[in-house]
Amino acid sequence: MSVLVNKDSKIIVQGFTGSEGTFHAGQMIEYGTNVVGGVTPGKGGQEHLGKPVFNTVADAVKETGADTTIIFVPPAFAADAIMEAADAGIGVIITITEGIPVADMIKAYDYVQSRGARLVGPNCPGVITPGEAKVGIMPGFVFKKGNVGIVSKSGTLTYEAADQVVRQGLGITTAIGIGGDPIIGTTTKEALEMLVGDPETSCVVMIGEIGGQLEAEAARWYKESGSKKPVVGFIAGETAPAGRTMGHAGAIVGGSDDTAQAKKRIMKECGIHVVESPAQIGIKVKEVLS
Amino acid sequence: MNLHEYQGKQILESFGVRIQRGLVAHNAKEAVDAAKQLTQETGTSWHVIKAQVHAGGRGKGGGVKLAKNLKEVEEIAGQIIGMNLVTPQTSAEGKKVHQVLIAEDVYYPGPSETSEFYMSVLLNRATARVMIMYSTEGGMDIEEVAEKTPHLIFTEEVDPATGLLPFQARKIAFNLGLSGTAFKEMSKFVTALYKAYEQSDASLFEINPVLKTSDDKIMAVDAKVTLDDNALYRRKSYAEMRDLREENPIEVEARAVGLNYVDLDGNVGCMVNGAGLAMATMDLIKMAGGEPANFLDVGGTADAKRVEEAFRIILKDENVQAILINIFGGIVRCDRVAQGVVDAYKNMGDAIKVPIIVRLQGTNAELAKEILDNSGLAVHSAVQFQEAADKVKEVLA
Repeated sequence: MSVLVNKDSKIIVQGFTGSEGTFHAGQMIEYGTNVVGGVTPGKGGQEHLGKPVFNTVADAVKETGADTTIIFVPPAFAADAIMEAADAGIGVIITITEGIPVADMIKAYDYVQSRGARLVGPNCPGVITPGEAKVGIMPGFVFKKGNVGIVSKSGTLTYEAADQVVRQGLGITTAIGIGGDPIIGTTTKEALEMLVGDPETSCVVMIGEIGGQLEAEAARWYKESGSKKPVVGFIAGETAPAGRTMGHAGAIVGGSDDTAQAKKRIMKECGIHVVESPAQIGIKVKEVLS
Repeated sequence: MNLHEYQGKQILESFGVRIQRGLVAHNAKEAVDAAKQLTQETGTSWHVIKAQVHAGGRGKGGGVKLAKNLKEVEEIAGQIIGMNLVTPQTSAEGKKVHQVLIAEDVYYPGPSETSEFYMSVLLNRATARVMIMYSTEGGMDIEEVAEKTPHLIFTEEVDPATGLLPFQARKIAFNLGLSGTAFKEMSKFVTALYKAYEQSDASLFEINPVLKTSDDKIMAVDAKVTLDDNALYRRKSYAEMRDLREENPIEVEARAVGLNYVDLDGNVGCMVNGAGLAMATMDLIKMAGGEPANFLDVGGTADAKRVEEAFRIILKDENVQAILINIFGGIVRCDRVAQGVVDAYKNMGDAIKVPIIVRLQGTNAELAKEILDNSGLAVHSAVQFQEAADKVKEVLA
């Protein structure tokens, strides 16, 4: 078992023939991911990286039976790409694009909800189920197969956490990068819920950062669920000043309840094993699993 | 991107939001001319002189004053322009005032009492919808109102499929206790305000106070407007409103070379790939006994040119006593980054006088460590995150 993506996922790439899309689709195919085609409007009928190119997502779904998409479309057109995928009946929409205007995401989020699709991201590294499917831009070799799930707002910090876990002789079931924007499709809580519900996952690493309420919401859900599956948590940005955006558009302290300190306190109260140092994630996972 | 009050008001007015009118002046003479012109256009006899800086609480710092005649306009404008305005939201040195807004007096006596409200338009991250937050307690610090009298703060959320509906605008006006002309004016005000928010790609409007005048007009007396940086590409005329004098000069320079940099007060500079890892690295510096001097995300490409640019930016801060480079090489190969560091170091000659700690992990990390260790440079290399923290502790001791 795993969550969101696996070896049977039929994946298309939107923005397939662009430079980002080409590079990362190539890496995904090399990893062994089941990429069934791609979409670039106007280039339908061509072949790219040995896979068919379609003009629309609807065409791609009709021809290939695709159920999952990964989006590399530039920010000005990315929200439209998300809505096109949802309209075509794609179930899992993973959006890598960074810098989408908030107003566009408000519309796209609402649209995706109304179509019952699951959006992951935007501004995220994607999702990986080691040994089965890499639907993202993460370095595949870091993620060895195992029984630890990861949910994280950050890309490189996810790689860091996975690397630490692997160095402890453990591995990853699925790692979900949910993204660092103010509006994201899959919340920390939803990702945690999926991983806690996955029978193959025996521990979850939950990595958050300053800004917003997602980690607190996830922590409260975890406490209420009564789950005995251990969760190790880290929140980045203890040293970030209030009112400044720290790289991710959503990483900004707005009040007293979205600081790193406040989030860590709530997580601890809800039974999550919070590490103070980002260098201790792997060790803590090992500890709670033994 | 933050705007000045006068710029925010320009945008509001262009969408039909009634504002307290005013003219910008850069010196005392211009202030007097502006005051005369404003009297002609609006009939106002008194004038309000308002410092235009990117900070709230301007009144508390002496940056907003009433002038009852032209002599006072000249005097007050002369005092405020050029001063370093210190407010609860600025640093201790304050912000230099380059210009003032000469505004009409809108608290004139009339048939009814004036009253002040609070209104903001912003994103509710929890629902991914725009909301209008408003209160009868205008002119006050809204955080304080939220804490002491939360029942006096109302919110109205907008369905993205329909936009703000007329009944919602009416509801807001009713909740603010208005009737008659003032009620109609408020509904109009709210409708226009939402339209302005949506069509300017704003991320925050904060109007405090919204004033009901003695003759039942509703207007924005102040305007704090923040625009969505990601949407500036399609709002070119607003993008030109950016006032670089209001921003940290090192941050402006970093942005020009495509680096995401935030200046902080500490003594250990850092250069990291990825925003989350960058914040985590700052936290680790603190745990190692230092204080982060900056946030810096070098992004996905960390070649020699970029590393050198990042070095130059970090070293502009004179408080930096050590630099920690933390790169998790995924797609980026660590040996290339290491070579970048070595080349940058060599190109910069003697410019680097502080110890450098380089932690490279991921693809080809061991090879990268070899390159650094054999370079003959005074670079401390590390592979594990914890090692890097220990090295920071070592060099600060």
